[in-house]
Amino acid sequence: MKTIVAKIDTQTGSETTEPGLSFNISKERLLVVRCIGAWRIDQPWPSAEGVLKQLDSKNGIQAVAFDLKGVTDWDSSLLTVLLKCIERSEEKRIPVDLDTLPDGIRRLLKLATSVPEKKDTGRGVAPKSLLYSIGQSTLEFFHSSREMLLFIGEAFLAFTRMFTGSIQFRASDFKQIIRECGVQALPIVSLISLLVGLILAFIGAVQLMMFGAQIFVANLVGIAMVRVMGAVMTAIIMAGRTGAAFAAQLGTMQVNEELDAFSTLGISPMDFLVLPRMLALTLMMPLLCIYADLMGVLGGLIVGVGMLDMNLMEYYNQTKGAIRLNDLFIGLFHSVVFGVLVSLASCLRGIQCGRSATAVGQATTSAVVTSIVCIIVATAIITIVCNVLGI
Amino acid sequence: MPKKEAHITAKDVTMAYGDFVVMRNLTFAVYRGDVFVIMGGSGCGKSTLLRIMIGLKSPARGCIFYGDTDFWEAGSEEQHRIKRNFGVLYQSGALWSSMTLADNIALPLGQYTDLGTNDINEIVSLKLDLVGLAGFEKFYPSEISGGMRKRAGLARAMALDPEVLFFDEPSAGLDPVSARRLDDLILELSESLGATIVIVTHELPSIFAIGTNSVFLDAETRTMIAQGDPKKLLADSTDPRVRRFLTRGEEGMGE
Repeated sequence: MKTIVAKIDTQTGSETTEPGLSFNISKERLLVVRCIGAWRIDQPWPSAEGVLKQLDSKNGIQAVAFDLKGVTDWDSSLLTVLLKCIERSEEKRIPVDLDTLPDGIRRLLKLATSVPEKKDTGRGVAPKSLLYSIGQSTLEFFHSSREMLLFIGEAFLAFTRMFTGSIQFRASDFKQIIRECGVQALPIVSLISLLVGLILAFIGAVQLMMFGAQIFVANLVGIAMVRVMGAVMTAIIMAGRTGAAFAAQLGTMQVNEELDAFSTLGISPMDFLVLPRMLALTLMMPLLCIYADLMGVLGGLIVGVGMLDMNLMEYYNQTKGAIRLNDLFIGLFHSVVFGVLVSLASCLRGIQCGRSATAVGQATTSAVVTSIVCIIVATAIITIVCNVLGI
Repeated sequence: MPKKEAHITAKDVTMAYGDFVVMRNLTFAVYRGDVFVIMGGSGCGKSTLLRIMIGLKSPARGCIFYGDTDFWEAGSEEQHRIKRNFGVLYQSGALWSSMTLADNIALPLGQYTDLGTNDINEIVSLKLDLVGLAGFEKFYPSEISGGMRKRAGLARAMALDPEVLFFDEPSAGLDPVSARRLDDLILELSESLGATIVIVTHELPSIFAIGTNSVFLDAETRTMIAQGDPKKLLADSTDPRVRRFLTRGEEGMGE
């Protein structure tokens, strides 16, 4: 039997007693569970394993009773232990004497056992087999792929409806989204593009200076920014900034039942919410891309003039000679593709969002991740195609 | 007394989320002009039934008829026509947060009518007057209280003078006075507009104050166990589960 350990609390000077649990079995095969001390949820308490083992063993226990006379203080920690003992006793059809328990504990235990555990909630606790998990993941993959294709199809149909004059979104909403995707994104696009231009120029300069060919820093920065980097960096910024905002807006509307309100009024969320966002981002992306190109070249120019002793006109002429019109068109093509991809991925994740705050967070994260993956894959495909076509 | 015409009929409806069946074998009729209450304990599937009735979720089995038309078997145009006669007040109000109250009400009017801007503005003002929100046209949903949002939601639900109004827990989250005011408003509108009203609620004062017909969903047996006028159910029902619910647990606890 466990002994009571009394301690003096050094902070308060009061006596504290560690919780203890013991049991004995009488000749009449009555199992008496004895608890002592102060049972508090903020300190460890003894396990009921010994008692449960006795209940599980076939040694003919006829009844269970509790002796809590030595308990000086109690809370939920004591209740959990008592509840375990009572539930196991009931499983084994052993009568439990609750009359000796203090009134408060007895009432709480009655409350806890008044509603039987629901077994058919469809949430099994048994671990799923590997095969089951693989099967489920495969089905989920096909399901989400189907949803994605449906969404793309619906978006395309909404786009075609625009030309038949049956679009439903409001001009004021469209203007607001254009403003958010365009003008309001300029500061961050300026900063990032300028820095990317600077970084490219620095890295290039270090290598090219070894051959005395630092003049080609202008070519490097100009071609890289205009052909691909301007578009890619703008797309990544817009995925993190505007794409995340689209997903969060639509996700929150899902949580607040605003999307349901559109549906029951027969207004398609695709026409009213997704299409203006797609159009706005696809229209703004090339403009932002051109702006990012200029800022990137400006970054290169700062390094060229400031660090490589090039003159302003020299750098300008070198850049002008290096960049072909083709490079600009390829960059713009990239940006249009990215605009479509980022807006589609973000709106898809927003519309698919569940009905909780966590789901909105997941939708936002998923929107950014999907957008960035799409951007990188699309860049690789366009680069390979351009290479094959020799442009 | 002339026989009442069934406006909405549920036939053998089973509702499920994946493999988990929420309710099965629901068969009932909502008659024209009824204030029909869908009642039952928390989590029994009342709101899911409402979502099936308003076309947001398809039933696992069974049919919902609007007049003679099976909603879930109808084509999209027919569904659209039926939805045109709906007004729905969601639990949260579900006002479009990026729009003012006036724009929220004007949107369905703009979508479904050929009214000019001035006419739409007049109707918007009228609807806001009816729900006691005159002068709040330029307010955004985030700038008004929960009770006001519910009333604004009601104004939007009534924008197109629908034949049937659905309410999902209209009194939820409201203080007793605001809840009572909303009940009175619903009753007043129902009587004056002649609209059929379907309400999901477990608020007993509301159920007895406005309900003329009802269905009681039981989470334990996963089906409906009573239907009829809630006041008559209170007086006549012998089912302990119904009595327990309608008497707020004062009766039927011993079962």
